[in-house]
Amino acid sequence: MNGLIEWSALGQVVVAGLLIGAGIPALFALGLRLVAGTSETPEAPERSSGTPRETKGPVVIARPSPARLVGALLCFGTVVGAVGAGLVFLAAGGHS
Amino acid sequence: MGPVTETLLLVLVVVTALAFDFTNGFHDTGNAMATSIATRALKPKVAVLLSAVLNMAGAFLSLAVAATIAKGLVDAGAISLEVVFAGLVGGIVWNLLTWLLGLPSSSSHALVGGVIGSVLAAAGTAGVLWSGVLSKVLLPALLAPVIAIGVASVGTFLVARLTRGVSQDVTSRGFRWGQVGSASLVSLAHGTNDAQKSMGIILLALITAGAVPADSSVPFWVIISCAFFMALGTYLGGWRIIRTLGKGLVEIDSRQGMAAETSSAAVILLSSHFGFSLSTTHVATGSILGSGVGMPGAKVRWGVAGRMLAAWGLTLPAAGIVGAVCYWIQHVIGGFFGTFLVFALLVGTSIAIWVASRRKPVDHSNVNEEWDEAKGARLRTSVATTGEVGEPQVGPVVEERLASAMTPVISATTPGGPGTSGKGEQ
Repeated sequence: MNGLIEWSALGQVVVAGLLIGAGIPALFALGLRLVAGTSETPEAPERSSGTPRETKGPVVIARPSPARLVGALLCFGTVVGAVGAGLVFLAAGGHS
Repeated sequence: MGPVTETLLLVLVVVTALAFDFTNGFHDTGNAMATSIATRALKPKVAVLLSAVLNMAGAFLSLAVAATIAKGLVDAGAISLEVVFAGLVGGIVWNLLTWLLGLPSSSSHALVGGVIGSVLAAAGTAGVLWSGVLSKVLLPALLAPVIAIGVASVGTFLVARLTRGVSQDVTSRGFRWGQVGSASLVSLAHGTNDAQKSMGIILLALITAGAVPADSSVPFWVIISCAFFMALGTYLGGWRIIRTLGKGLVEIDSRQGMAAETSSAAVILLSSHFGFSLSTTHVATGSILGSGVGMPGAKVRWGVAGRMLAAWGLTLPAAGIVGAVCYWIQHVIGGFFGTFLVFALLVGTSIAIWVASRRKPVDHSNVNEEWDEAKGARLRTSVATTGEVGEPQVGPVVEERLASAMTPVISATTPGGPGTSGKGEQ
């Protein structure tokens, strides 16, 4: 170990963390977007704070085109795969 | 020391280690579940139950050699049963105090601080490997929240961009599922990592006392009991800390919650993979902050974050002081009776803190109430009734005494005729 911080390990954590930790939620969001499509009012408020207006019962969305569906499945598949990899990692005792 | 007292001492250490294990689960429920509770992705009781089950499962998931306590931080030769015991007491007291204040702080740092304090009392400054403390504890504690804030804010920003225009019904439903999944992974990782620490302590105590051979693996009853007590602590839930993490730092929605928990899970797992271990608490807190930073228009309460940061800075010295005082009491009185006295003090302090917590209880029914910064701040002064073991609560106590001492003076000096009637009312 040279110096107090292991820079290479730190760098790896930051880079991989950004790729996975930020990439997975982004993929998840992309998948949702592909499945659900955007509404006609894209300028909807970014964040309607306070009252989350919600309807009970199933959310009805238009059936997405096959291409979008495949894209969404790829996105969700990657997300599930990453979670699976995390589980395998934990079970293999790779933690410290 | 005779064989009987030796055995009794061992029993006390094991009981205290399990108590620490319990406070560890109790203290860290919020790391995984606070965001899911705040966005109502899960009902509070369901969330803590899920987290407890996953913590329990996590403890069994991997039985790699249990982590050795404070390895590379203190001189291994300075570790004795008394030192470990005093260190555990320091960790427990600090965990309970920060819980009372609703501040998330790293349980493993509390334990490390307690052990360093007791080693200092036992062997002097030579017993502590300061460069190890700096590079393995202090610097990671500073870096963890920075990394987590960065990752979570990028993730949240991307999510906010990508879900722009998608109907809110869809996003909140979808992201709740994502939230539950990512939070579960954090719970599982916590169970695997932190239950191992308690197992390691108990194994060390057993080996030191000669109850098991030096090359023994962790006995099954140790695994079972550590898993059980951590799960029990998780289930009872540190509601005060859950509230701070879920409601206090950032007003969070399910997209932010999912981004934050995924960032926590990724950073925690990756950091242990690359051998740069970061505290679960620091990463989880940083991720939640980051989800507020990255979300356009979200408000982050930096005052709450600042208090948290102060608590992190105090963790090592405060737990260390408690650990040192405990070792000193043990040493001065000597023998089993000294240890027993410290144990009794620990029980008394714990009860006092619990009683203090009942003055303003936070539980599953009010965990999601609107955050009122003034009210949140007032929780700090309610630490008046703790015993003499804990140093850090001296400030608030003095403050409160001063306040009550000042009031009659002020009212007495207030000019005006009916001043006497004011006295009568008191």
